[in-house]
Amino acid sequence: MVAFNLPLNSRIGQGKTFKAPAGAKRVREFKIYRWSPDDGKNPRTDTYEIDLDECGPMVLDALIKIKNEVDPTLTFRRSCREGICGSCAMNIDGRNTLACLKPIEDVKGAVKISPLPHMPVVKDLVPDLSQIYAQYRSVKPWMQADTPAPPDGERLQSKEERAKMDGMWECILCFCCSTACPSYWWNGDRYLGPAVLLAAYRWIADSRDEATGQRLDELEDPFKLYRCHTIMNCTDTCPKGLNPAKAIGAIKQLIVERQR
Amino acid sequence: MKDVRDALMVARNTDGKLVRRPLSPHVQVYRWPLSMALSILHRITGVALGVGTLLMTWWLVAAASSDAAFATAEGFIGSPIGLLLLFGWSLALFFHLFSGIRHLVWDAGFGFDEPAYNTSGWAVVIATGVCTVLAWGIGLAVW
Repeated sequence: MVAFNLPLNSRIGQGKTFKAPAGAKRVREFKIYRWSPDDGKNPRTDTYEIDLDECGPMVLDALIKIKNEVDPTLTFRRSCREGICGSCAMNIDGRNTLACLKPIEDVKGAVKISPLPHMPVVKDLVPDLSQIYAQYRSVKPWMQADTPAPPDGERLQSKEERAKMDGMWECILCFCCSTACPSYWWNGDRYLGPAVLLAAYRWIADSRDEATGQRLDELEDPFKLYRCHTIMNCTDTCPKGLNPAKAIGAIKQLIVERQR
Repeated sequence: MKDVRDALMVARNTDGKLVRRPLSPHVQVYRWPLSMALSILHRITGVALGVGTLLMTWWLVAAASSDAAFATAEGFIGSPIGLLLLFGWSLALFFHLFSGIRHLVWDAGFGFDEPAYNTSGWAVVIATGVCTVLAWGIGLAVW
């Protein structure tokens, strides 16, 4: 359902300010969304002043510096720090991206950081992804084939068949795209969202998979697939430069083509 | 229908007590890309065209019924408020037309890549402006 206002318990208040150490020259403000299940309060925005001369170049570097040196209660997910694991997906400067791939210099003024949009918050910048993982599972993201694999090797593909999966196998499931999509915000209970549909198309486009028909049957649904209105926020925000909107368009075309 | 996502809004805190989780901010924080603005405008202009068509229908029905009714309709449409509504209707018409063509191209499988979808977005904006100005220029000159 469309609801533009946040629920009362989700309205964001003013938080604390952590001043930069005296003598800091290149100071930048980081305004970070905070919420803890333990204090019974609404979310708030805390401001951290960071000396960029004493900090790495990426937003994730600043978050780690804050956690290590300023405020150990700040909670966020991170792992690989090089855009491969997808853990540090969050909303930075109004767009969803990976904190590890976002240079602080790309942001003008204070760096505003909040969790991936329209998600239940576990703590601070950590959203609950259970729903989206369940949706991912629902598209059966594994190969289905009745034909047994050749006894002496792998199932082979031509270079052309393999190329059809390019732009999809690279997805790291950070869910920047799904949580950037207004359709997913309003109808995420039934609409699968761009990340999951891209994953679905990855298997539809795989020449070795033999369940294309069933996969299309399951997607042909007014909500699961057709809540996509080509808003393009998914493609616009993908930190890996992938194109979920194009994959969704390709699924819609395949469904039309098989009706001929 | 109840939203199944509500189940994820309940959690336990460190003491094991049930707490309600907040929903992270969405439109409040998202910086609008061009395509997002054009998408919602497409829907808004669609609704506006539906309402505006009622006005055009009134005008046509008045023309078919009597001189007096037609004069009333003409009078309203020619008034400042009527002209403003007509201007809005024409703007909505041109925007919805060009934006609709953009959607048709997407449905045919083209124009998903960057910069194509941004270029086509700006093309819709410019074509809407040019055609609206042209139509009113010609319309007012003839009037």
